[in-house]
Amino acid sequence: MIRMENVKKAFGSKEVLRGMTLHVPKGTSMVIIGGSGTGKSVALKCILGLIQPDSGAILVDGKDAAKGDRDAFLARFGMLFQGGALFDSLPVWQNVAFRLLRGSLKRPQSEARDIAVEKLRRVGLKPDVADLFPAELSGGMQKRVGLARAIAAEPEIIFFDEPTTGLDPIMAGVINDLIREIVVEMGATAMTITHDMTSVRAIADNVAMLHDGVIKWTGPVAGMDDSGDPYLDQFIHGRAEGPIEAVR
Amino acid sequence: MNPLSLLERLGRAVLTLLAVTGRMALFAAQAFMHIFRPPYYPREFANALMNIGWLSLPVVGLTAIFTGGALALQIYSGGARFNAEAVVPQIVAIGMVRELGPVLVGLMIAARVTSSIAAEIATMKVTEQIDALVTLSTHPMKYLVAPRVLAAFITLPMLVAVGDIIGIGGGYVVAVQNLGFNAAAYLQNTVDFLESRDIVSSLVKGAVFGVIAALMGCYYGMQSGRGAQGVGSATKDSVEVAAILILAANFVLTGVFFSI
Repeated sequence: MIRMENVKKAFGSKEVLRGMTLHVPKGTSMVIIGGSGTGKSVALKCILGLIQPDSGAILVDGKDAAKGDRDAFLARFGMLFQGGALFDSLPVWQNVAFRLLRGSLKRPQSEARDIAVEKLRRVGLKPDVADLFPAELSGGMQKRVGLARAIAAEPEIIFFDEPTTGLDPIMAGVINDLIREIVVEMGATAMTITHDMTSVRAIADNVAMLHDGVIKWTGPVAGMDDSGDPYLDQFIHGRAEGPIEAVR
Repeated sequence: MNPLSLLERLGRAVLTLLAVTGRMALFAAQAFMHIFRPPYYPREFANALMNIGWLSLPVVGLTAIFTGGALALQIYSGGARFNAEAVVPQIVAIGMVRELGPVLVGLMIAARVTSSIAAEIATMKVTEQIDALVTLSTHPMKYLVAPRVLAAFITLPMLVAVGDIIGIGGGYVVAVQNLGFNAAAYLQNTVDFLESRDIVSSLVKGAVFGVIAALMGCYYGMQSGRGAQGVGSATKDSVEVAAILILAANFVLTGVFFSI
């Protein structure tokens, strides 16, 4: 469904992606792992068109992601941002129903609110949260609201950027379970980037290891532990010694 | 210092200035284009009208009343040196309407509104809210910039008109209460002396200053660097540049309206 072919992106003299190639089949959950600053977020943003790659091809369902109707393209995606990226000026329900209150998916306000409350319930939040503002929520609640917003318009493809960063282990477990349940129940294609190996094992069907701007290893999550790839081994076991330099 | 190195630095500064000017011009062109092209965001526009117009009234009113009062005192004491104390109503009116009203309102709006727009948009950028807008199929220029620029264009002339009236009122109170002017004669002199050109220039200046103030807040917010320092720099730069552009535009507009 999503195919990246030899994608390159540099910021000034710093080459972040040096020819990333990856295939995410429809209806599967791909988790990209890798150290900080290896270009995981840049890869996701290139697919969404938030960043223009310097070269290479990004195809979604065989079509060039950079061409065609941009609104229709983005309407297929939902994204959970690392910090939630909730709009401070809007109450929770309007954050969740943002896409349903404007643009091509617009519907009556009462209907949009009902959907928002239902999505909040789906991520384990009570209806009275709907009228609070994001600043009144804890980090875990903000992540859940972000998740509710990502799934509000029932997208075909959902991206999760560091979904458990900054959460305690129990809340991280709750978010991992929610992501897995939602992806399975919606039949969506998911791409997640994370450093959290617990998340990887909970969320992934397939795993890709990004290092130095290229995919070093990719395969099913079950094959991760006996991959024989020195980069992946070092990363999943958290060793300071190995081919990945600890000081970057 | 090596003269070549000095020349190199000068050249680099000129190129940077030209590049920034070009980026600002493109940004302004995009902002105007998005004002006219749908979709429109009436709720964002209404919020901007409220924040830029209505909520600026107290600061505009207080600035104008004190300035008008001080102006009356200055003109009276200065005029006394050549027996021209009687021109207080005329000079207060012309000073407030032609210059002080629009310039002070513009600068107060740069301090209050430009800074708040820049800080808000910069924080949205740093916290990925701008990226979130894009992924939710909403163009940031349409949703964040166009409503603010349009609201400033509409509300600033009104704020300037209010500032002009309150400033003249401040001068009137001081002149009548402290300087012994006749109330009715003061008002009659004010009305008789002002020309429609004075009022039109005041309102046009207000509209131009409003566009500058909102555009600079949005531009620097969108260009913000990362972290708290990025937000701080964006806010500071937006106010500095808006204030300078307002003063420069005032000079140009004064020349256009009043050079005979």
